[in-house]
Amino acid sequence: MTTNELTRRGFLTGVGSLAVAFTLGPAVLDQQAAQAVAAGRRPGVRIDETPADDSLAWLVLTPAGVTIHSGKVELGTGVQTALTQIVVEELHLPTGRVGYVQGDTQVTPDQGTTAGSKTIQNGGPELRRAAATAFQALLDLAAEWFGVSRDRLVASDGVISVAGTRRRVTYEQLLANADLVLVADRDAPLASPDDYRIVGQSEPRVELPDKVTARFRYVHDVRVPGMLHGRVIRPAGRNARFQAIDPGSLDRARAIPGFVTVVQRDNFVGVVADTEWAAIQAANPSTGIEVTWEDGQPLVAQESLPEALRDPANHYRTVEVVGVGDVDEALPAASIQVEASYFTPFQMHAAMGPSCAVADVRSQPDRETGVRATVWSSTQNVYNLRDSVASLLGLPSGSVRVIYEEGAGCYGHNGADDVAGDAALLSEAAGRPVRVQWSRQDEHGWEPLGPAMAHDLRGGVTNGEVVAWEHITSTPTHVSRPNANPGTLIAGALTGTLPSPLPNSSGNTGTRNGPVNYTFPNRRVIGKLVRSFETTGETSGTPAAPLRYRFMRSTALRSLGGFSNSFANESFLDELAAASGADPLELRLRSLDDPRAIAVVEALSEVWAARPSGGDGAGAGIAFQRYEAEFAYVAAYAEVTVDADSGAIRVPRVVVAHDCGLIINPDGLRNQIEGNVIQGIGRTLKEEVHFDARGVTSVVWEQNQFNPTPQYPVLRFSEVPDIEITLIDRPHEPAWGSGEPAIGCVPGAIGNAVFAATGVRIRTLPMTPARVLDALA
Amino acid sequence: MPTPLTRTLVVNGEDRTVTVADDGEQLLYVLRNQLDQRGPRFGCGVAQCGACTVLVDGEIRRSCVTPLRTVPEGASVATLDGLDANGAHPLQRAFIEQQAAQCAFCVNGIIMGAAGWLEQRNESGETAAPSDEEIAAFLSGEVGESTFNYLCRCGAHVRMIRAIRQAAEELLS
Repeated sequence: MTTNELTRRGFLTGVGSLAVAFTLGPAVLDQQAAQAVAAGRRPGVRIDETPADDSLAWLVLTPAGVTIHSGKVELGTGVQTALTQIVVEELHLPTGRVGYVQGDTQVTPDQGTTAGSKTIQNGGPELRRAAATAFQALLDLAAEWFGVSRDRLVASDGVISVAGTRRRVTYEQLLANADLVLVADRDAPLASPDDYRIVGQSEPRVELPDKVTARFRYVHDVRVPGMLHGRVIRPAGRNARFQAIDPGSLDRARAIPGFVTVVQRDNFVGVVADTEWAAIQAANPSTGIEVTWEDGQPLVAQESLPEALRDPANHYRTVEVVGVGDVDEALPAASIQVEASYFTPFQMHAAMGPSCAVADVRSQPDRETGVRATVWSSTQNVYNLRDSVASLLGLPSGSVRVIYEEGAGCYGHNGADDVAGDAALLSEAAGRPVRVQWSRQDEHGWEPLGPAMAHDLRGGVTNGEVVAWEHITSTPTHVSRPNANPGTLIAGALTGTLPSPLPNSSGNTGTRNGPVNYTFPNRRVIGKLVRSFETTGETSGTPAAPLRYRFMRSTALRSLGGFSNSFANESFLDELAAASGADPLELRLRSLDDPRAIAVVEALSEVWAARPSGGDGAGAGIAFQRYEAEFAYVAAYAEVTVDADSGAIRVPRVVVAHDCGLIINPDGLRNQIEGNVIQGIGRTLKEEVHFDARGVTSVVWEQNQFNPTPQYPVLRFSEVPDIEITLIDRPHEPAWGSGEPAIGCVPGAIGNAVFAATGVRIRTLPMTPARVLDALA
Repeated sequence: MPTPLTRTLVVNGEDRTVTVADDGEQLLYVLRNQLDQRGPRFGCGVAQCGACTVLVDGEIRRSCVTPLRTVPEGASVATLDGLDANGAHPLQRAFIEQQAAQCAFCVNGIIMGAAGWLEQRNESGETAAPSDEEIAAFLSGEVGESTFNYLCRCGAHVRMIRAIRQAAEELLS
């Protein structure tokens, strides 16, 4: 690329008007940079998504600094740091403070949902190309500056010099005289991995200092002028309908100092008050508003879930995901034949901070921007949420602006979008900005859940080789993210909109990691798609009527079906190994032909060889999976002890071998793997959503006097194992995400370890003491 | 009818007077909404997670279940916002050095709880830094009379334990 190919736009180049960005905190810098860019007032180089006039920028370089505009957002996993490393590497800049504007429908390109371990994998290359394009432009500018050809230039740490001379120019000098708007060039030359200085280093998390000093602004900390506080009052059941607000309770609520209003639209009820405490009191049935609800259709009972998921009457579609060879012929011919069934219950994201959002819905659009509604949300996709909020309010998408603010954790499609819908409705009704903070009970009780899964496996072994393999997965949808249908938000569903039709496939959702990477000659994977609600026909996924749920609303929870599918696959492979007298690690190695897969399993050979002998209450197990069957390779080893008296399982040690290609930030990667292991142990041993005919009954972390039935706990500090990690770096391979690959190996490795320890196979999660005692009896 | 209340508290060393319309309002909301503290966070409202932890007169308290009327006039309240004037308390530095967080929403509780606990150990004449097992036991509500459990959902537990041990060693040296 040469200078005359650059598109130019008439930017003003008044150097003296620059804001001093690097001396301010990141939030201030980001806002200023964003505003300045929007106004087109700065000299510098801007890399856009497309040549269109309204194109959003990926990257803005001014004499004051570099600002990344990322559609992929920081969910707490460290991607802001990793993406910044990728950008500064290509720009030949030192590490340091780089502005990072993320997830803003007015400012950042639409990079889709931040999910599926795809930020580094897909978002990284997009920003990398933008940065490489900018770097080429800087070389062009420098060539012009010096009057030499580009091939004589050398760049390092923000300075370009002419090789063999003392002539040098800083990026700041070049940018002060530049007025370039370029489109990210797919073919821009990239830095060689052999020359990486910053990619591959354990750079510390850029936002962590603010987080440990309480300077960081979470979505829960957003305050806007004139803001009121809202709380929602949810129906008494998933299918319940509004009957009445008790008039006496309404008077009582009105007497609460600071009470503003109650909003009731169809089945949506919320309160708004001047203060958060007043809103809490008004929403509390013992101090504020009492709502009566009419029961609707009962949910399928929790204890009958395994049968109900397998009941053909609940299936609207059956999908063959894998069909290799002829299982029907091979299985009966196998010398050893095994069948087993597995089950995982509904589980939840269970973020530490209940969902929160602020919405400012105006009666008139802003004169300059045309925006009528602004929403601050920890959504994974500002664009999709914009569309759903717009249709919820009956506004065009362009008049809604959604701005990302980090929330507590994420782990998939949690309540972040729903609470934004709540805030939008309450703000619209109150005519003021409203912040809605869900209670813990709102979160546990109403966040969209990871659905229950039932697995039926059959396999055959002849001469020590697995010759036939069948896996049938039955599960409700794993994807019900927001879209332009307001029924994808609770607020929309409660105000009468139908949910979106159920998907036609379970491809990379319910049957994610259903397919194995083993070379078994005959294998079949089938997905039975379970209808979450009454549909318009036996084979239809289209909702028949509002509030006719059979199973609770379900969606993407970390690794989707992969967690439970891998639990079933890796447990069952162990069952085949046991039935045929094979060593579990040897059988896996024999059944793999991909050198990278073999490498992660072999990385566990030593620890496997030295494992506890088993049979005496202590044992070890292993599991392998390739994430989505085509990305990161993970093998895990877990040691357990099983207390025969209490039934309690402890996991004292976990070893993980992990290959996700090029490693951007080794310590950040380790942090993700540790998180996968710990969350995976919780989901394996403890986590189960409890519910009755109306809805969720596990609404806090632990049983207490108000919630005497089983609740929804997560792993405690005293239950966390030693975690050892072997990272296999592949600098010349693409970088894949690591947010969820490792979690899929955890339940299988633990179940296999329990089998080694006790000779008993636990096929139902979570492996609670009661289930262990039952199995041992 | 709720009873109004005016209280003067010493928040991170500074006198702050607040008035609430209802003396049952939990300290958490007073701190967050009237006193601009971001450290204490709403996590559960039932004292089961620790996200709201502050120190009241040096005692570890869950501010989500601490009505303002139960906080004595003139009580000192320490929050993460003011744990150290420069944000460089040994615990804060150790958490950064160990990269002991992911989303970090729980970090307020972990750091404030650990700060209170380490101070109590110090006052009781304990001269050795706690072991990893003791730290894990403290954070699981299994030390002394405290049954306060601290939760982290991202899974940064191992790093947090390491960071607390590092800070404890520094504080004792």
